[in-house]
Amino acid sequence: MAGAKEIRTQIGSIKNTQKITRAMEMVAAAKMRKAQDRMQASRPYAEKMRTVIGHLALAHPQVKHPFMERRETKSVGYIIVSSDRGLCGGLNNNMFRRLVKDVEKLHAADVAVRYCLIGSKAVAFFSRVGGDVLAQATQLGEAAHMEDLVGTVKVMLDAYTNGEVDEVRIAYNRFVNTMTQQPVVEQLVPLQETEEEEEAEKLKHHWDYIYEPEAEEVLSDLLARYVESLAYQAVVENGACEQSARMVAMKSASDNAGSLIDELELVYNKARQAAITQEISEIVSGAAAV
Amino acid sequence: MAMTVHVDIVSAEGSLFSGQGEMIYAPAVMGEIGIAPRHAPLVTRLKPGDVRVDPGQGKPMEHFYVSGGIIEVQPFRVTIMADTGIRAADLDELAAKEAKRRAEEALANKSGKMELAKAQAELVEAMAQLRSIEKLRKVKK
Repeated sequence: MAGAKEIRTQIGSIKNTQKITRAMEMVAAAKMRKAQDRMQASRPYAEKMRTVIGHLALAHPQVKHPFMERRETKSVGYIIVSSDRGLCGGLNNNMFRRLVKDVEKLHAADVAVRYCLIGSKAVAFFSRVGGDVLAQATQLGEAAHMEDLVGTVKVMLDAYTNGEVDEVRIAYNRFVNTMTQQPVVEQLVPLQETEEEEEAEKLKHHWDYIYEPEAEEVLSDLLARYVESLAYQAVVENGACEQSARMVAMKSASDNAGSLIDELELVYNKARQAAITQEISEIVSGAAAV
Repeated sequence: MAMTVHVDIVSAEGSLFSGQGEMIYAPAVMGEIGIAPRHAPLVTRLKPGDVRVDPGQGKPMEHFYVSGGIIEVQPFRVTIMADTGIRAADLDELAAKEAKRRAEEALANKSGKMELAKAQAELVEAMAQLRSIEKLRKVKK
């Protein structure tokens, strides 16, 4: 019965792995709920921001902010949002794949690309493939705070204002539902036109805000916060994606471990039976010989 | 009934208040402002301080502490976008520098952590290869 013992230890080790994956699945499920709540909580701010920016576009400001002006694209800045930890299925890799497709197109058009990275996995990826990395932020933890992102976003916005990049995009995973995460690349700056028809009708007449202290100052403050809020939302959404992806990955890992155990148990029983049969036949033949 | 204005106070990490108010007091950078319904459109920055909303009808005043932010006033709608932390130009600059420094450090310090990341990536690759080999073997059987 040489094989049987080995199979038994193998089953044991797979069972241990299964225990770990099952625990991780449950932890991810609990964390996912919290991450989703956080995602919901961040929505009103971004929505309000969008309405105010929409109003601003409708008002007739004397000053045109650079964030609102389109210019020829010679280089593009990417803010890349990834998770800090692995074991979450193809989440990050899917996003990188989506990104690489984009970047290839830009390279073909001879457009320079610069990056700001959020999350360890993005840092690891770019350390392997190389690229012009301007700034990075890692170890944000499960509950990312706005303050952690301010620096990274500012580097990108400064680069935009200095003319180092002519467009800022953000790449992250959009949370569709627990089973589906969709890698997306969105443009942050220059701002996309918002379409709010109804509201627009009401505010069509000629008017402008009173700006205090200065229109320019208030505008750049507001727009910087807007971009930050978008980045924050991307990070929070990516966090929810990470947890749900991990939950699904760990669930399938536990299931796989279960079927592997079933298979091995079958093999083990067969080996055991064969050994018993052999032993009996040996005894019987021995007795017959006597 | 006295006139009221709809007030929303939101921060990036959650909504703080949404409701009607007869009067809103906010700490604007140019000095404390009081906003009554039908105020002219206004956008201004807030400095750290207390935002108060008087809901009227003898109800007690609502207090909120904000560490800065932006207030937008429309005749029948007031939106306050509060910051979650203390913000100042030089603080932001510091954070930006920090983020840059991290990137540069990572670039200069390619050994250590980077080696680990590389090794991890290679390990994942090797594991994927092993898995496909195993699958092939199974199919052959």
